[in-house]
Amino acid sequence: MPRTSHWLLRGLRHVDGILLTLVVLVLGISLAVVTSASGQSPVRISGHLVNMGLALVLMVLIANVPPHLLSKVGPPLYATGVILLVGVALFGEIRNGARRWLDLGFIAFQPSELLKLALPLMLAWYFQRNEAVLRAKHFMVGGILLLVPFLLILRQPDLGTALMLGASGFYLLFFAGLPWKVILGGATLGAASLPVVWGLMHDYQQRRVLMLLDPASDPLGAGYHIIQSTIAIGSGGLFGKGWMQGTQNQLDFIPERTTDFIYAVFGEEFGYAGAILLVCLYLAIVARGLVIAARAPTLFGRLMAATLSLNLFTYVFVNMGMVSGILPVVGVPLPLMSYGGTALVTLLLGMGILMSVATHRQLNKS
Amino acid sequence: MNYHSRKLLKLNLAPWRMATVGGLLLAGLTVVAGRAFYLQGLNTDYLQGKGDAVSNRNLTLPAHRGQVTDRYGQLLAISTPVESLWARAADLNLSADQRVHLARVLDISPAELAKTLTRKTRGEFSVRRPVTPEQAVKIAAMGLPGLTLQREYRRYYPAGAVTAQVVGFTNVDDKGQEGVERAYQDWLAGRAGERQILRDRHGNTIRDLAPIKTAQMGGNLTLSLDLKIQYLAHRELAAAIEKHKAKGGSIVVLDAKTGEILALVNQPVFNPNNRQNYKPDLMRNRAVIDTFEPGSTVKPFVAAAVLERGLFHPDSVIETPDNFRVGNKLVHDEHHHPELTVTEIIQKSSNVGAAKMAMTLTPQQHWEVLHRAGFGQLPGSGFPGETAGRLRDPATWKPVEQATMAYGYGLSVSLLQLTRAYMAFANDGEVMPLSFLKREPQEIVGERVFSPTVAREVRAMMETVTQEGGTGTLTRVPGYRVAGKTGTAHKLVNGHYAPDRYLASFVGMAPASNPRLIIGVTIDEPSDGVYYGGSVAGPVFAQVMAASLRLLGLPPDAPETETKMTENAVSARGGA
Repeated sequence: MPRTSHWLLRGLRHVDGILLTLVVLVLGISLAVVTSASGQSPVRISGHLVNMGLALVLMVLIANVPPHLLSKVGPPLYATGVILLVGVALFGEIRNGARRWLDLGFIAFQPSELLKLALPLMLAWYFQRNEAVLRAKHFMVGGILLLVPFLLILRQPDLGTALMLGASGFYLLFFAGLPWKVILGGATLGAASLPVVWGLMHDYQQRRVLMLLDPASDPLGAGYHIIQSTIAIGSGGLFGKGWMQGTQNQLDFIPERTTDFIYAVFGEEFGYAGAILLVCLYLAIVARGLVIAARAPTLFGRLMAATLSLNLFTYVFVNMGMVSGILPVVGVPLPLMSYGGTALVTLLLGMGILMSVATHRQLNKS
Repeated sequence: MNYHSRKLLKLNLAPWRMATVGGLLLAGLTVVAGRAFYLQGLNTDYLQGKGDAVSNRNLTLPAHRGQVTDRYGQLLAISTPVESLWARAADLNLSADQRVHLARVLDISPAELAKTLTRKTRGEFSVRRPVTPEQAVKIAAMGLPGLTLQREYRRYYPAGAVTAQVVGFTNVDDKGQEGVERAYQDWLAGRAGERQILRDRHGNTIRDLAPIKTAQMGGNLTLSLDLKIQYLAHRELAAAIEKHKAKGGSIVVLDAKTGEILALVNQPVFNPNNRQNYKPDLMRNRAVIDTFEPGSTVKPFVAAAVLERGLFHPDSVIETPDNFRVGNKLVHDEHHHPELTVTEIIQKSSNVGAAKMAMTLTPQQHWEVLHRAGFGQLPGSGFPGETAGRLRDPATWKPVEQATMAYGYGLSVSLLQLTRAYMAFANDGEVMPLSFLKREPQEIVGERVFSPTVAREVRAMMETVTQEGGTGTLTRVPGYRVAGKTGTAHKLVNGHYAPDRYLASFVGMAPASNPRLIIGVTIDEPSDGVYYGGSVAGPVFAQVMAASLRLLGLPPDAPETETKMTENAVSARGGA
């Protein structure tokens, strides 16, 4: 590649073509579905386009930052995130019965969103630093780094986000080499403590789990979301009713249909064929991410790439499972599909990190 | 770019961990895809059905209720389309401004409106049924979320109170509640139609899918009533009630040839167009539903019974002392007549004479005549709630009861039932089935109660009632011969006969040579001092009969009749 090319094109050198293609394909589907689900609302469509443009630009920018620089951002970002979480616990604003929001005067946001990138960065940085001398104590420190934000978010309370964050931290520890006996022991302990956890859960959380088992027990109340979304998905059949033809969607029977329940709209209009295609696209993104991880030259890159990939898959699985009625309703968006700027930016920043890891190995060496 | 060859890097992720991750991915993928197949491949039909059930609604199209007319097509009940305001609790979301505005349009206070709108927290409910056309236009223009206007039909009764108790009325759901509206509900109602429509979650109609069935208009109903006679009867009855300060009253006008009910009115009455005034007491069709002890109006049936058995002739003379003892009871006549013929017993309404004639019959024979005349049985008019009255089993009759029954105590009848029984005398022994609907004469089959001879003989006796020396001289109609019978009965109050409370009645027919009309009149508790049937109910009969005969254009059968009603005639009126 000639070195004299325009800086813009030089910037694009760090973009992973396969990943970009896959991401843009899913974003294209998302635009179509949001268009249908919002009833062709110009505000929604243009807002979605702006979000996408902004997130893609940020992704390309991050892709151009070498991994060793990215790793240095980990500790301060993590520290900021934890401090903000403490701030939420002390001064946070209560919305819908949970203390999740921090109002800084000019902007109100959920610090937990920040941790989604900050925690993996922090852990990856930590393990990279101690790569040569990894011992049990490092995993204990890693566990504490994970537990601090996890517990703070759990207290808000926001079980969904806490679990997702916990999962990403666990993936990282797992790839860093967390001993199998610890994993199996933890799993056993976790299973044994399930009844205790159930007792500690809030009423609304228990209700969501029970609703899953029998949504028809309260069809107009707590079970409404699950019933409506499974009806919508199922009525799509094998090949769907066609774009903009989903009656359950168009007639406003699907709740939150541009955000968390967008899969229901997609399932109704594009059917089983569409669902399989979408799952395959996600699988391809994750597979590409794992390939990048496998080829990464540094532990940091390996850990980040693998964690971010698996994290994306976890989101996909939890969201689709929830919308199709096999997992409890937790507020998790469908990655790259759901409308919403913050989640999209966080996600594409992660994609940018993947691309950075993928494209900077040669340069590092040289 | 040839890092593929760098085997070391490939091993950077432990194989077991990679395998675990790969397994997890595949498992997750399988679960999601499997669930999708379960929903979209296996349960599609069921879930599509559920989806359609949510979004497709069958909209009921109200059917136009049939109209009710009198026998000449005069409208008695019609349905007009109106708009009603309905609310859907889940979508009610009015701004303060809209609330104030809506309250003003509906002409109620905002507080009242708030109360109405929070009446239910789920489902649909009516806010105002119906709204005026002006209100409907204004409400539609406001575009209020959660409020819709629905087409309904509202019933109007052009004749108002005059036909109220016969025609009856419908409730807010257009369902017949009383009278003809109730009796012929199925015929009048028609069949509601249905359209399938697509509705969104807020209940708004998105599009019309298909008509399932069209609404079928209800059948029209032509009643036997003659609105002119009905109106006349209503006016005369109201005037008589006022004049005699009576509690109530009824008039029944029958066509003797067909059994059709040409008029049926009661007092008190109500206005069916004003639902606020619906009170059970006012709505009762007394002539059909209430019973009374008929008093002397049953005497002609006793006369018919003894004539039929050949025990007496119309001119047979019977000793009628002022008092006649049966068991421990004294039968008493107010006026002194040492002896009377059978005709005179009817003419002067002698209790002693009637009792003595009855005692020549066995209870079974006596009962059998009353039973044939329809007492103790439903008159068969088809009117909701019609009563059979009371006629006890003759096996239980004591002699004294048989005696009192001869002059109308110990049994009870409705005015419609009594008037119907008189058809036997009017129609040469045949009783025609009653009808509130207009009928073609050829489709009517009568029921023989008396032989023509007996019927004519009794009718001739009843004609003397209206002649000089009878109890019903105030019932005469100029130009026509009139036959009838007066009745003045003490009312039963708490099991005892009240000495000062009466039910005055008169049942009569004209023209007596070949009666076409039978009119029964009762006046309940006249309280201005006059209480004899002949003087209270009689004049009402005369007025209604005279006008009705003229309306029907019946040729007079006594053009030269004496029409003057002398003081003498009034004072000659007979006993109870």
